[in-house]
Amino acid sequence: MSSIWEYANPKKFIATTNRLLPWVTGLAVVLMAVGLVWGFFFTPDDFRQGSTVKIIYIHVPAAMMAINTWAMMLVTSLVWIVRRHHVSALAARAAAPIGAVMTVIALATGAIWGQPMWGTWWEWDPRLTSFLILFLFYLGYIALWSAIEEDDTAADLTSILCLVGSVFAILSRYAVNFWNQGLHQGSSVLRAGALMGDTEERVSNVFATPLFISMAGFVMLFIALVFLRTQTEIRARRMRALLARERMQ
Amino acid sequence: MELQVSDLTVTRGGIAVLEGVNLAVSAGAALVLRGPNGIGKTTLLRTIAGLQPALLGTVSLDREQMAYSGHADGIKAPLTVAENLTFWASVFGTGSIDAALAAFQLDPLAARPAGGLSAGQKRRLGLARMVVTGRPVWVMDEPTVSLDTDAVAMFAEAVRAHLAGGGLALLATHIDLGLSEARVMDVGPFKAKPPTIDDFDGAFL
Amino acid sequence: MIALLLRDLRLAIRAGGGFGLGLAFFLIVVVLVPFGVGPNSSLLSKIAPGILWLGALLACLLSLDRIFALDWEDGSLDLLATAPLPLEAIVSVKALAHWLTTGLPLVIAAPVFGVLLNLPAAGYGPLVISLLIGTPALSVIGTFGAALTVGLKRGGLLLSLLVLPLYVPTLIFGAEMARRSIEGLTAQTSLLMLAGITFAVIALLPFASAAVLRVNLR
Repeated sequence: MSSIWEYANPKKFIATTNRLLPWVTGLAVVLMAVGLVWGFFFTPDDFRQGSTVKIIYIHVPAAMMAINTWAMMLVTSLVWIVRRHHVSALAARAAAPIGAVMTVIALATGAIWGQPMWGTWWEWDPRLTSFLILFLFYLGYIALWSAIEEDDTAADLTSILCLVGSVFAILSRYAVNFWNQGLHQGSSVLRAGALMGDTEERVSNVFATPLFISMAGFVMLFIALVFLRTQTEIRARRMRALLARERMQ
Repeated sequence: MELQVSDLTVTRGGIAVLEGVNLAVSAGAALVLRGPNGIGKTTLLRTIAGLQPALLGTVSLDREQMAYSGHADGIKAPLTVAENLTFWASVFGTGSIDAALAAFQLDPLAARPAGGLSAGQKRRLGLARMVVTGRPVWVMDEPTVSLDTDAVAMFAEAVRAHLAGGGLALLATHIDLGLSEARVMDVGPFKAKPPTIDDFDGAFL
Repeated sequence: MIALLLRDLRLAIRAGGGFGLGLAFFLIVVVLVPFGVGPNSSLLSKIAPGILWLGALLACLLSLDRIFALDWEDGSLDLLATAPLPLEAIVSVKALAHWLTTGLPLVIAAPVFGVLLNLPAAGYGPLVISLLIGTPALSVIGTFGAALTVGLKRGGLLLSLLVLPLYVPTLIFGAEMARRSIEGLTAQTSLLMLAGITFAVIALLPFASAAVLRVNLR
């Protein structure tokens, strides 16, 4: 009972997540509803950007989750390599498509936001470009998982790909920065002082509160989806194992 | 020198196929493994040779002392017979390929590109590689596939010479090699029982 | 190790395919680009370093799946894994052989193809240097991708999908170095970054490649 590794037992994982799932899902729905409704209808228009700024309540949380999902996959891959808990590897597998979708949402909302602001749907700006590269990493990772039939082999190979990919993703980020200094505004949400109001570009408090609520909602949504998809992966794997067992008899 | 395999459990595709395998081969002796197709002979040999990890159990000898030959011979078609063997000789750091060529009567073919050989000749070349490795433990999977009777005798002679030189051999084969001194072991009794469900990772296996 | 290198080089020469194919592909890319963007020579000279880098990269990609696939099919890879060479060494030698048969010919051919694209005179030196430093990284990274996909039946397309994102930093710094030199800007940072990436992948990536190869062999 004392160790967190208890939850690496698939049965225990399923039982625990089943108990948590309704709460997490409920929280995700409430937080996202509050954050988005508050953001869309109860904040003033930005004095420069007008109402287009409101896409920020989807854009920023999605972008945040796109990166955090990869970070989570990195951690679970490491856990798989070091401790060889199957649930960990399956959680990484389950998270990848969510991360890919978040990346697409961030890119799409960015394009929709960029069109009126910068006058173009797409600009080879470092941030946009790195997200596009991140999307390619997700695609490769997902494709490798689905190409390999043997579960443990797939888990081993994808986790090493995830480690190597992480290094190259960071490297690409710097390379792209060097290659083109872009249009995108600096990350104004979590920058030091952003909430204190001492910078010009800060996201002011009026916008910040619903934004943080929306971000929390996205995190909860992500957790709920990962729980659900990991359960699916565990059951699919169990089914394959049972079929294999059947063949042995 | 003795090859001792104790309580070895080997897996294929993540599932145990043979469990609790115990066997011992001492220097100068050969052990022939028998068993129906798909029982896991190849998996067992690959595990002993260190190509895949064992689930449980130990192998007493270091992998550096073993030479493995599998279903495929690793022959490069564009290279000649002599070049193929010379490559392996230099990888294993042994000098001459003459003895290996002679043992499998490959001298007349030495300058031929390996791609033009018949299946049996290719197999002989693959087996000659074992001589070239200079390693004391031969781990061989179905060594006699596509060999004619003369070539099987050649192979038996080569194994005998290897054993006489203090080596040992572990073979999986279905046919009689004419190696009367070799012990035969059936791996059937080691067939793994279907796993129990209530392990730690029980929901999987 | 030298025996393995010599064998791979000999195989590449005897079986053809090796340099010939990569170079021919590079030439075709260079010839096709003007058809696509128009014969305007000032435009071509502007994009020449990028095209040459991209062409070299794609030509490199073309032959990646041969690094391990042939040895996998005929069983040599199993036998090599039981040989006294550590897998890390085997992987490094394979990458070196790939570079010698694919990367190096591309580096040598690049200035010739540069003529076709009106590469400005100031660009030849930096382009060749950047390719010379950058293409080994392409081979080493590609070897990692090839090791990942070696057991797969239709690994070729997947290999490209996995490897191309990993090529981004090398491509950026490599092409940037040639471009900056032509525009008369300082290219030192790009050169250092490019060299840093190449040396880092040569030093570290073989361990990852050997690890995935070990997984694929079992």
